[in-house]
Amino acid sequence: MGADFVTLSLTPILIGALAAVACALPGNFLVLRRQALIGDAISHVVLPGIVVAFLITGAVATLPMILGAACAALVAVALIEAVRRLGRIEPGAAMGVVFTAMFAGGVLLLEQSDTSSVHLDVEHALYGNLESLIWLDASGWGSLTDPVALAGLPPELGRIALTLVAVALFTGIFWRPLALSTFDEGFARSLGIRTGALGLALVVVSALAAVAAFDAVGSIIVIAMFICPPAAARLMTDRLGAQVGWSVVFAILSAILGYVLAGYGPGWFGLGASVSAAGMIATVSGVILALAAVFGPRRRGAIVAT
Amino acid sequence: MLWEALTLQLGYNATLVTVGAALLGFAAGVTGTFLFLRKRALVSDAISHATLPGVGLAFLAMVALGGDGRNLAGLLIGSALSAWVGLLAVSFLTRRTRLAEDAAIGAVLSVFFGFGIVLLTVIQSLGAGRQAGLEDFLLGSTAGMLRADALLIAGGGALVLAVVLALRRPLTLVTFDPDYAVARGLPVARLDLLMMGLVMAVTVIGLKVVGLILIVALLIIPPVAARFWSDRSDHVVLLSGAIGAVSAWVGAALSATAPNLPTGPMIVLTAFAIFALSLLAAPGRGVLAAALRQNRFRRRVHMRQGLLALAHGQPIYEGLTLRLLQHAGLVRPDGVPTEAGQARAARALRDEARWAELRAGPGNEAAAALHDGVRDIETVLTQDQIAEIDRRIGGPRGVPG
Repeated sequence: MGADFVTLSLTPILIGALAAVACALPGNFLVLRRQALIGDAISHVVLPGIVVAFLITGAVATLPMILGAACAALVAVALIEAVRRLGRIEPGAAMGVVFTAMFAGGVLLLEQSDTSSVHLDVEHALYGNLESLIWLDASGWGSLTDPVALAGLPPELGRIALTLVAVALFTGIFWRPLALSTFDEGFARSLGIRTGALGLALVVVSALAAVAAFDAVGSIIVIAMFICPPAAARLMTDRLGAQVGWSVVFAILSAILGYVLAGYGPGWFGLGASVSAAGMIATVSGVILALAAVFGPRRRGAIVAT
Repeated sequence: MLWEALTLQLGYNATLVTVGAALLGFAAGVTGTFLFLRKRALVSDAISHATLPGVGLAFLAMVALGGDGRNLAGLLIGSALSAWVGLLAVSFLTRRTRLAEDAAIGAVLSVFFGFGIVLLTVIQSLGAGRQAGLEDFLLGSTAGMLRADALLIAGGGALVLAVVLALRRPLTLVTFDPDYAVARGLPVARLDLLMMGLVMAVTVIGLKVVGLILIVALLIIPPVAARFWSDRSDHVVLLSGAIGAVSAWVGAALSATAPNLPTGPMIVLTAFAIFALSLLAAPGRGVLAAALRQNRFRRRVHMRQGLLALAHGQPIYEGLTLRLLQHAGLVRPDGVPTEAGQARAARALRDEARWAELRAGPGNEAAAALHDGVRDIETVLTQDQIAEIDRRIGGPRGVPG
């Protein structure tokens, strides 16, 4: 736990934890609103977005790709809504039609374009490259106060931290209207809250978190962190504030435990290489959810006749 | 090239793949219809992602037993087992905890998929040479498909199809009215389970061709597209099967014509094209038909209101109304009604008076409920009934010229 840790593991763990929290915060509301699969849909349609951005700019640059991904996410939300209304189709099926088609389009574009020379492929989009986000300029814990070394931090760290701040601000500022419109939309509307616009804003913020997290950690973590920590937190408490708190704890725990298990776990079994950190973080969050589903104090919820 | 591919002239292997894919597409379309009508389309997403750990574990087990890790049948059995576990996890989370089905689906699909990725990296680290392209299962690949594999896929598709078609009556009943199905003594829980089993079978069979990320599209898009064309469940089931088969056939053929056209995405995009066409052009539920219907109704409302205005001697300022009346030769360009216009106006006024009488009096509520402001009363009542109304409201009155 010395200099090696700071160079190789500190920044990936930080980025993973920040991304996990950024996704888990809006995830709480999505799970309560039964829109949990929005995260799934968004993380699929991000692929065509970044491929189109790559085809337009011709380079693997971060900003255009994030913009492309964000545009694709908005297009997908609009398309889902259009298919649902124009075709009078239930939301689940409308979502299934749109995100599979857009993902297929992304894969096709990727295969058709000449991306063999650059680091852009489907596997990368799915697993992310958390392990490669190392802090080469660091020489030890002392580097944390060294401005020269700090300048060499991976840019993903700054971006994901900024995203987390934005997401946390949104959640904090709109806490009351969000909570009201989530639990009783009719009542919220009678108070003059514009529930439609608020719902759309929540989806946009989720898309923002998904895109930024996707840039750093790949889409598996995004889907898992949108759903697993909030779902597990929901089984722990009846109060929204406490639920959000639990979900943040679970998200950070998944990120740290997952990364450590992926990096050092195989060594304990005598295997040489490490395994996918993104996959392991998702797995740990699933284990936490499973534990909550079996032992969580509020797993059954209030007694209602259903 | 494309024509040869579509008519199965690209050699034995391509033909086998195309026919196998089409059978799979038909089975997926038919099975997916029941899932769609039961409003549980996205459960298939959880099932398909949950196959990945099974593929990895089966590979590891087969290698550990000294066999060839790439045996397709073995990998498919492994994927079926882990999909079954995923399905159980979804139903445990929805039944035994307060979580809604969408959260359960999302949790299962992401966790199982993540664990599958972990296993894939473990397999990679065991020795790159033996890794055997398990990544092909993510997006499907028909390139190096063996004859036995293609036969397995075609046979499996045919089997699923036979089971669904044999059980379509009880399945339809369960999807539309589960309560009634219980009252009829049908084993609803077991039929639901069977439906999920069939979805799982389609998923597992489709892994090699379409890949686990996109196989849901074959289960969701064809039924959604078919639903536009018919309101009868029998027709939707068959049509959905046909759409699935055509998509798979065309997609597989397109993919065979060039190296950079992966099979799974081509099939999905073909299906999506059929869906988009249905959304736009289907009679009845399509967007175009709805727009036409709306436009026709709008014209009739304007026409009717214009005629009533003429009948009351009121000037008309509204542009569309004037154009419609003028086009029909009912008013002159200066807005003065022609003779034909006066006659039509008088008839419209008469019709309105008859409707008013009909709706005021008792006894004809069923007919009166049809009043929508544009319908002629002659299409609703018999001559005798109209004569009876006329007797009450008296003869026609004149229209100011």
